[in-house]
Amino acid sequence: MQLDLLLWLIPVPPVAAFFIIWLFTNRSRGLSHAVAIVSILISWALSLIVFFNVIGLKDFGKTVIGSSVPWLPTGESVFRMGVLADPLTAVMLFFVPLCCTMIFVYSVGYQNYGKPRDPHDKVGEPPHNGVEPMYSRFFAFLSLFAFGMLTLVVADNLLLMFVGWEIMGLCSYLLIGFWYARNYDDPKKITPRGAAVKAFITTRVGDVVMLLGIAYLYFMTTTEEARHILGKAAGTLSFRDILYNAKFLEYLAEQPSVIVGLSVAALIGIFLFIGTVGKSAQFPLHVWLPDAMEGPTPVSAMIHAAAMVSAGVYAVIRMYPLMSAGWHEGGPLTPPMLAMGAIGAFTALFASTIAVTQRDVKKVLAYSTISQLGFMVAALGIGAYVAAAFHLMTHAFFKALLFLGSGSVIHGVEHGAHHSNEHLDPQDMFNMGGLRKKMPITFWTFLIGGFALAGFPFITAGFWSKDEILADAFANNQIVFYVLVISATLTAFYTMRQIALTFFGEPRTHSAEHASENVWTMTYPLIFLAIFALFSGFVGVPKELAELGFNNFGKFVSATLVEKLNTPEFTIVPMIFSIVAALGGLTLGWLVYGMKPLKAGQKDPLTVLGPIYTLLENKYYFDELYEFIFGRPARWIASVLVYQIMDRTIIDGALTLIARFAYFVGHVFKVTEKYTINDPPDWGLAAPIQWMGRTFRVIQTGRVQNYLLVAMLVVLAFGGVYYLRFIGLLR
Amino acid sequence: MIPLSWYLTLAAALFCIGLYGVLARRNAVAILMGVELMLNAVIINLVAFWRYNQPTVIGGQVFAIIVFAVAAAEAAVGLALIISIYRRRSSVVAEDMNLMKW
Repeated sequence: MQLDLLLWLIPVPPVAAFFIIWLFTNRSRGLSHAVAIVSILISWALSLIVFFNVIGLKDFGKTVIGSSVPWLPTGESVFRMGVLADPLTAVMLFFVPLCCTMIFVYSVGYQNYGKPRDPHDKVGEPPHNGVEPMYSRFFAFLSLFAFGMLTLVVADNLLLMFVGWEIMGLCSYLLIGFWYARNYDDPKKITPRGAAVKAFITTRVGDVVMLLGIAYLYFMTTTEEARHILGKAAGTLSFRDILYNAKFLEYLAEQPSVIVGLSVAALIGIFLFIGTVGKSAQFPLHVWLPDAMEGPTPVSAMIHAAAMVSAGVYAVIRMYPLMSAGWHEGGPLTPPMLAMGAIGAFTALFASTIAVTQRDVKKVLAYSTISQLGFMVAALGIGAYVAAAFHLMTHAFFKALLFLGSGSVIHGVEHGAHHSNEHLDPQDMFNMGGLRKKMPITFWTFLIGGFALAGFPFITAGFWSKDEILADAFANNQIVFYVLVISATLTAFYTMRQIALTFFGEPRTHSAEHASENVWTMTYPLIFLAIFALFSGFVGVPKELAELGFNNFGKFVSATLVEKLNTPEFTIVPMIFSIVAALGGLTLGWLVYGMKPLKAGQKDPLTVLGPIYTLLENKYYFDELYEFIFGRPARWIASVLVYQIMDRTIIDGALTLIARFAYFVGHVFKVTEKYTINDPPDWGLAAPIQWMGRTFRVIQTGRVQNYLLVAMLVVLAFGGVYYLRFIGLLR
Repeated sequence: MIPLSWYLTLAAALFCIGLYGVLARRNAVAILMGVELMLNAVIINLVAFWRYNQPTVIGGQVFAIIVFAVAAAEAAVGLALIISIYRRRSSVVAEDMNLMKW
């Protein structure tokens, strides 16, 4: 079986599932989820076949698997579309379908399959205890989402990648706003509809700039010199042709762009990076991600762990040769790398400070995702290509695990709320507590995931990947290193806070008391992911500690690049820092929250920070800032400038003016006619004419003989005149 | 030979009598008879002019015959019209046909 054919087939089952569910199996819940799960399992199987075949290949990286078809003839060149499998793709193919499958299976339990439909549940609102009314729709959208991600992963050119990107943008809108009819009493709380629009529009801002970059890159492949360099590949956007051609990259790095001081490669790199800033929720376009928690938890897992945000980082990793064009190890960073380093490091710190104060279990994870993506982007910014890819993979595992675990917790608390008839926010951690005993599987898997996130030394995957990033940062850029270390400490702290508040101590509410473990469709994916959260790190152990693991990952992935990057020399210093950060943060969190677990009604101990706490809890007021800078002016433009001023006053006013003028002219005519022609019977124009008519109509008797008589008289008169003239009596 | 002017005077006299009949009779059929008389006067005029000016050209006689034929045809049409009017209004008095009056 040819591998490239398999590559073409990988994205197909989910989209087929989407159509089948939408068109045919909509009414049957069991059939819909079966179609969806079978389809993602097929994709997973195909991906694994490809993966296990390529990791054995020699020189994989220089040689790749792929095929393409000519898609759009454009003058001299032909734009080709196709699929590609290089080492980076193989890594993505390993974890993306795996996480997606787990999420699909989990959704079966999460949406309460098996329970009867509760008549109190309204369509469009989250179900309380019955099965989700829009069950099939959920699986259809999830399948479409998986299709978008898989397309992005196997794409061999930038345009097809962007297509997958946009499909995921659409699905994020559909899925975040899944419970479209949900409304909150508190006007400050964003509804799912609002969150969906916010997500779509914020990522749109990034996407527009990214499209600009793509167009600019395409344009640059069609210039004279580019045609000379690229030959047949001019006018395409295939990764292999464009990014692996060192001469072309040099050409781009030397051409000055429209912005002074930036080369074309730098400008395009920055534009493409801005797309990632939107999609991977980096500062300043991070605002959509926490509000995207309004979607069902499997959606959050999918978007924020497995798929969408990973797509952003994947795009940068994929375009890395372009962004680092002109960079040599140890040399000055190119502008895109500077941007990535700065924004990534800042975001990592910024988001982790906010996560420390959040009450909602999913919001902590949301900010944690933003922070971890900041880690990855910062790693790319300083040239740690392999480390970023490694962290992407491990992050997908443990973050998906954490999200699904939080969903399991929420579900458990909701069960408890149903049993004890309490009305509370099931997502608020301060309503939980003591779930360790009630939900053991969830507890242990969540603990594993949390420790992986915090970077618990040696046994968790997160440790190895985070350590590699820190090692690279230590070797290359000390500022980024210290920012990331602080951020890692905070990560460990808020992770422990989350675990302690949720699981330790005594239940703080009746709902938490009556919480119970969930069905196997929800717990087995957790266990499966936990295995990977523990063991997937061992493929990336540094060479010097070879007793503990393997170093295949680094060698495998770095073959993706033309210029092999050197892994920094191993020093013990960054490892010590990362161990201290992780353990220190965890301990601190335990001291504050775990030693004496909070009782019901007790306030968060961190509130002693006072105004700082409020600032962090309100997310540095960024939402309010954006509302002020963008939201209000936009609304003002729409309702005042365009509607009232332009439309009603100017355009309608002009039309009314013309109408009034026409009316005025008509009135002038009317008055003129009245006074000259029509009205007064004695001296108007009409009256004499009427008189003349009345007077002279008597000659119309209707009798032929009268007419003939008159005719004869006239003939006589004329004849007489002529006769007299003829005989000379009249001249 | 009798002078031409006597024939022309005869034709003129007949024409005027016919004209008087057309203008002054009440009955529509009588008006038609007046029209016939006018036509006949015209024919006498024609024949007189033919005989006295160009007797060898046969065209004059032909012209007179044509006029006769036209007169006959026109009389037929006129009578048909009168019959039609009579069927509608049961009267042939010309004065009463005044639908075109103001």
